[in-house]
Amino acid sequence: MNPAREFLLNAAAKSVDLAHRKIIRKNMDHYEVRLAEGVARFADWEGARDVCSAIKDDAIEHLGDYLKQFEAKVKARGGVVFWAETAEEARDYVANLARDRGVKRVVKSKSMVTEEIHLTSALERAGCEVLETDLGEYIVQLRNEPPYHIVTPAMHLTRKEIYETFKEKLPGITTDEPVELVAAARRVMREFFFSAEMGISGANFLVADSGMIALTTNEGNARLGTALPRIHVVVTGIEKVVPKLSDLGILWPTLAGAATGQSLSAYNTLIGGPRRQNEVDGPEEFHVVLLDNGRTALLAESEQREALKCIRCGACLNNCPVYRQIGGHAYGTTYQGPIGSVLTPHFRGHDFDHLSYASSLCGACTAGCPVKIDLHHHLLRNRRNAVQNSRPLLERIAFRLFRWTMLSSARYTWFAGIGKKLATLLRGTAFDPLREWNRYRTPPQMPKKSFRQMWRDGDV
Amino acid sequence: MLPRVALFIPCFVDQVCPQVGVDMARVLRRIGCEIWFPEDQTCCGQPAFNTGYWQDARQLAARFLKVFDKAEVVVGPSGSCVAMVRKFYPELLHSTFGLEKFFEFSEFLLKYNMEDVGASFPHKVTVHDSCHANRELGIRQGPRKLLKNVRGLELIEMRDSDECCGFGGTFSVKFGAISAAMGDVKTGNAEQTQADFVTAVDPSCLMHIDGILRKKRSPMKTIHLASILASEAAQ
Ligand code: SF4
Repeated sequence: MNPAREFLLNAAAKSVDLAHRKIIRKNMDHYEVRLAEGVARFADWEGARDVCSAIKDDAIEHLGDYLKQFEAKVKARGGVVFWAETAEEARDYVANLARDRGVKRVVKSKSMVTEEIHLTSALERAGCEVLETDLGEYIVQLRNEPPYHIVTPAMHLTRKEIYETFKEKLPGITTDEPVELVAAARRVMREFFFSAEMGISGANFLVADSGMIALTTNEGNARLGTALPRIHVVVTGIEKVVPKLSDLGILWPTLAGAATGQSLSAYNTLIGGPRRQNEVDGPEEFHVVLLDNGRTALLAESEQREALKCIRCGACLNNCPVYRQIGGHAYGTTYQGPIGSVLTPHFRGHDFDHLSYASSLCGACTAGCPVKIDLHHHLLRNRRNAVQNSRPLLERIAFRLFRWTMLSSARYTWFAGIGKKLATLLRGTAFDPLREWNRYRTPPQMPKKSFRQMWRDGDV
Repeated sequence: MLPRVALFIPCFVDQVCPQVGVDMARVLRRIGCEIWFPEDQTCCGQPAFNTGYWQDARQLAARFLKVFDKAEVVVGPSGSCVAMVRKFYPELLHSTFGLEKFFEFSEFLLKYNMEDVGASFPHKVTVHDSCHANRELGIRQGPRKLLKNVRGLELIEMRDSDECCGFGGTFSVKFGAISAAMGDVKTGNAEQTQADFVTAVDPSCLMHIDGILRKKRSPMKTIHLASILASEAAQ
């Protein structure tokens, strides 16, 4: 099935699934309360958004320079930087490294980029056991599901469902008490943390002037996963670079505020390279994989490149009334919601153009984005691109006809009259163009006279 | 001095809910505006633009501006159509020339300090904030100010009044199920207020909300802000 058809069916199924809708609602209500508290902690939230937006604008405008700066610093400290143009190159690099170094166990901290390139299955094919160490990510891993949300991957699950999953996959689970479930996951993870030879993380930011990666988590798992194993591999998109260390002073709290309403996430870490002499911990090897995978192509589009500013806070998903009905899995993409709909046609091609249309263009996404990406206007531009790259012939003709009609008020009046008669005639038949409308809504009662008729007749 | 106003009656208002246009005209006359209706107007091009057919939309936009060339001030009863002109024409035509004279109806009233237009509507009313009016044009408090000055009207806020109702033009046809689910949430919030009417500054939202309410057999009704403001006390 093509992605467009699949999306349509999945989205429709989710839209009528009231139990599913209730879970998301509840989570989003919770988020709204936290977000309001988070925003209230800022003296000037709008000002913070402006500053973050400007920082990322600068970063994207000079991406190449900042990346080179970053690379030089990392190398100077003994790290390795690998530029991967495609998902395959990135996957192969990490899988070969694992094979080379005889890695058997890999711990991962949450990273959407590794989802994007399907890294886990590549490592498994290379003979590794791979464990997700973010609790939400671990839960969806146990269930063989992709993340449902870029920040909260298991948001769609009830406690009962999580309990069922654990009972099935882990020995000795007897209650659905969250404390016990977390303890069970922790036992598995601890064991893994100490035996893994490779730790993989993403990066929330790459700091150019210091050559450091900035990591943010709430569970502290990234710290263990990047400090204990012998090898640390960072897999990240090239757009994550920011100019200065001091930029984090505003980026960190704004990210936390937009993502979860926290003043700051619980653990914020800066990592600059492998363990140095007379340091007690840290990995012996430090690799950064800088992934392109369509990003420079988007960078070349001056009109839309600002979509690369995204700091993956998830706010646009939470604010999106479409996401709130259909959830993350219906999209069939790594990045869901508004930002996913903006990026995916650029990253994965025109097979995903339909996502640009799956929006009412209400603008709630744009209103909340902490780096002020004009999300819903990019959806409009994506639609324009889609049309330029071929749309159904019938639709093309329809709009040509629409234009021709509307270019003359006489034609417009004539067609409107015919249209109304036709709509009444066809109602309830297979040819009814308003079938989708009538299925979910009662059609409006049509007036006898149009406004212009009333104006002419002196009724106004 | 109030300006002479050209009526912008979007094609959709013209054909489906002309009463909204009539009511807007009545209010404008009542406050002392002279009005005229450029009969050559058709469509601002929004459907084509929103679907990605910018070439087609561009020609309609150029024509639209020509029709209103002579107008001093243009007022329309639809947030999304006015947003199309003021916010999207610049991207489409690479120019903002002549766009600042276009106003959404409530915006126009407040610009000329007409907070009380002498209306009377003794009912409970809740407001839906239409997305284009709210987020593209910044129309949020204005309609409430106007409603507060209506005799007998009780304004009851619904939760998430600024969440999209799910219409979105062709979105409601292409993705009927998602659109209906959004409408379901919206009407649910509106019904919880137990108001008699839900109002908005965008007739297309109201048509969609009305269609869902009637499908649900809800007693709640929809009414455009212009129609509330046009109501007068029975003599
Ligand atoms: S587009 Fe904006 S709101 Fe959405 S995830 Fe990215 S930064 Fe957050």
